[in-house]
Amino acid sequence: MAQDDKQLIQEVTQSEYKYGFVTNIETETAIKGLTEDTIRFISLKKAEPEWLLEYRLKAFAKWKEMKQPNWAQLKIPEIDFQEIIYYAAPKRKKELESLDQVDPELLDTFNKLGISLDEQKRLSGVAVDAVIDSVSVKTTFTETLSKHGIIFCSFSEAVKNHPDLVKKYLGMAVPPSDNFFAALNTAVFSDGSFCFIPKGVRSPMELSTYFRINAANTGQFERTLIIADEGSYVSYMEGCTAPQRDENQLHAAVVEIIAMKDAEVKYSTVQNWYPGDKNGRGGIFNFVTKRGICKGDHSKISWTQVETGSAITWKYPSCILSGDNSIGEFYSVAVTNNHQQADTGSKMIHLGKNTKSTIISKGISAGQSQNSYRGLVKMTKRATNSRNFSQCDSLLLGDKCGAHTFPYIEGANKSSIIEHEATTSKISEDQLFYCQQRGINQESAVGLIVNGYAKEVLNKLPMEFAVEAQKLLSISLEGSVG
Amino acid sequence: MLLQVKNLHVSINGKEILKGVNLEVNKGEVHAIMGPNGTGKSTLAAVIAGKSGYEITQGEILYNGKNLLDMPPEVRAQEGIFLGFQYPVEIPGVSMTNFMRTALNEIRKYHGQEPMSAKDFLARMTEKKDLVELTSKLTNRSVNEGFSGGEKKKNEIFQMAMLDPQLAILDETDSGLDIDALRIVAHGVNKLKTTENATVVITHYQRLLDYIVPDFVHVLFEGKVVLSGGKELALELEEKGYDWIKKETENH
Ligand SMILES: Nc1ncnc2c1ncn2[C@@H]1O[C@H](COP(=O)(O)OP(=O)(O)OP(=O)(O)O)[C@@H](O)[C@H]1O
Ligand SMILES: [Mg+2]
Repeated sequence: MAQDDKQLIQEVTQSEYKYGFVTNIETETAIKGLTEDTIRFISLKKAEPEWLLEYRLKAFAKWKEMKQPNWAQLKIPEIDFQEIIYYAAPKRKKELESLDQVDPELLDTFNKLGISLDEQKRLSGVAVDAVIDSVSVKTTFTETLSKHGIIFCSFSEAVKNHPDLVKKYLGMAVPPSDNFFAALNTAVFSDGSFCFIPKGVRSPMELSTYFRINAANTGQFERTLIIADEGSYVSYMEGCTAPQRDENQLHAAVVEIIAMKDAEVKYSTVQNWYPGDKNGRGGIFNFVTKRGICKGDHSKISWTQVETGSAITWKYPSCILSGDNSIGEFYSVAVTNNHQQADTGSKMIHLGKNTKSTIISKGISAGQSQNSYRGLVKMTKRATNSRNFSQCDSLLLGDKCGAHTFPYIEGANKSSIIEHEATTSKISEDQLFYCQQRGINQESAVGLIVNGYAKEVLNKLPMEFAVEAQKLLSISLEGSVG
Repeated sequence: MLLQVKNLHVSINGKEILKGVNLEVNKGEVHAIMGPNGTGKSTLAAVIAGKSGYEITQGEILYNGKNLLDMPPEVRAQEGIFLGFQYPVEIPGVSMTNFMRTALNEIRKYHGQEPMSAKDFLARMTEKKDLVELTSKLTNRSVNEGFSGGEKKKNEIFQMAMLDPQLAILDETDSGLDIDALRIVAHGVNKLKTTENATVVITHYQRLLDYIVPDFVHVLFEGKVVLSGGKELALELEEKGYDWIKKETENH
């Protein structure tokens, strides 16, 4: 590359940063295919330090040796990784002038979810006049956080402003070579969120990606890193109940959580990516690696997830219980309808003494969908006096769908206890009729019964999220009975 | 006229269960339906309430002059029909409070009313709970989950009180109740009685009719109403048994 060109690129990338990523309206050079040059290009574009480029390249080298996993109970169409565009500078969605230009089906769903008009506009990319309110909310939000020394920003900003923290913790929970999709993410991740809670600080509010400045369009390879230093606490929320459409079909995100001594992290997520049409066409493939490491003694990590979207979901939020007396929890509701496929569950790896883990998984399948729970509970030799309790329930609506449970258990010491319970049930005609006889129509009845079934998990969500998630469950199952 | 069942023939899987039932219920009346096991009492109740799986081969049912058989079950409920189930089902995870609030508001919506405020709703819960002496421990639990047989029956009357139906059909609400519970349930039903509504009780025991005094007693036998009369008919039945009915019908 000529010296002039390099300089030009440098200038472009830097000026881009100066004015903020999201203000850049036009699409940047998009390159197809995955080679070392692609990765160098991404890193250069983002003006990353040398070590991060090296880190990406190493991951890429590993990835080339790996094979796409095929052990999940999923039918995954062939993905041509050379056909994917790995870097497009965040482009602004075309702004629409009014809600009349938005897909009526989408608006219908918004209304059912009870999303306000302004919010509907924001979500569907309609220009909003009255943004003052939300801007001031965001500013107050950031100010409050910084008063407590909490860092909450985009991943790119963290690389620029807190490189030491990023360098220290990146890959601690999910090493670059962990699995095929994690390696891919490490090589090409675009942006994501970074969060650091300093020693002894309890975050005064729920951290929601919704409020993160520059949250727009983090892309298909999202990277999240959350660090809770000694004795700190944070509740972190990701995703939203509104349906998310995206032109990228493949999503492979990585989320890492690190909890130091006496720290606690609650991570809640609602995933509602486009599941495809009734025949399963066009939906998103969601291959996510989420892992937390309870590094210090008495630390705790809880994952709570409500999964309703995507054509294919492959996701196992896990905990490595490394500190003594540490606690890992996983609460999950996964809904599949029409032709959706989900293979989800958790891994609890007990390394420390007296460690405890709980897995509560509620699968709901309707239509012709397939819903699998896959979990691993491992007690190592050192993890004496540890306990796990797993409860995996499946609810079937109709007789064309499937529910599967694959619990794997490895116990290497005698003082630890692993308990596993599983049930499969159906919504009975009698239950539906009972509701109808009280004046509740069939669809509301299904919603009511399903929410009752999932209550144990929904109760773990932050309040406002829980209310939305309830509505979402009902909507996801519309038309699945009768 | 509130309810008019005309020459109703109903089959299940091709087998005829109801063979030409006629029944007329006016506002302000209490009717009792008696009859041996398996003669179709619950079937009649289920068909009026709109349960699926029944084949109506002949006849019609009018409710306030409207064709009931055209309405989905929830609309019948919204129109004021309540069925107290012989075997109430359990709905795990759905609290009684949430269940009742959903039901009540759906019915209100049907009549163009706003949802009831949380405060009014809770006040209503407390009032109606007291009526059937149901403890808060039960209403805080999931719908019928782990309720004893008697508690389930009381819970049916509680729901009836909450929803204030125009026509209540109580299918063996008395069976499985101890003497005290029977008195409480009957008291509840009597309290809810007005000149604008009607109750149909299905029972095997004349004992219930000492508490809920019927204006009419009907005997359903082999899919037909073979005998109707005043409350004395129940006493006569108790004395003579169903063999008597059998002979009576054979003679005709
Ligand atoms: N789903 C069904 N499939 C087949 N037969 C049925 C079904 N439901 C009811 N029946 C039959 O229909 C007949 C009437 O049943 P129903 O429950 O209406 O009787 P009942 O008068 O309420 O009896 P009981 O006094 O025992 O409650 C019985 O012979 C019963 O076996
Ligand atoms: Mg019966």
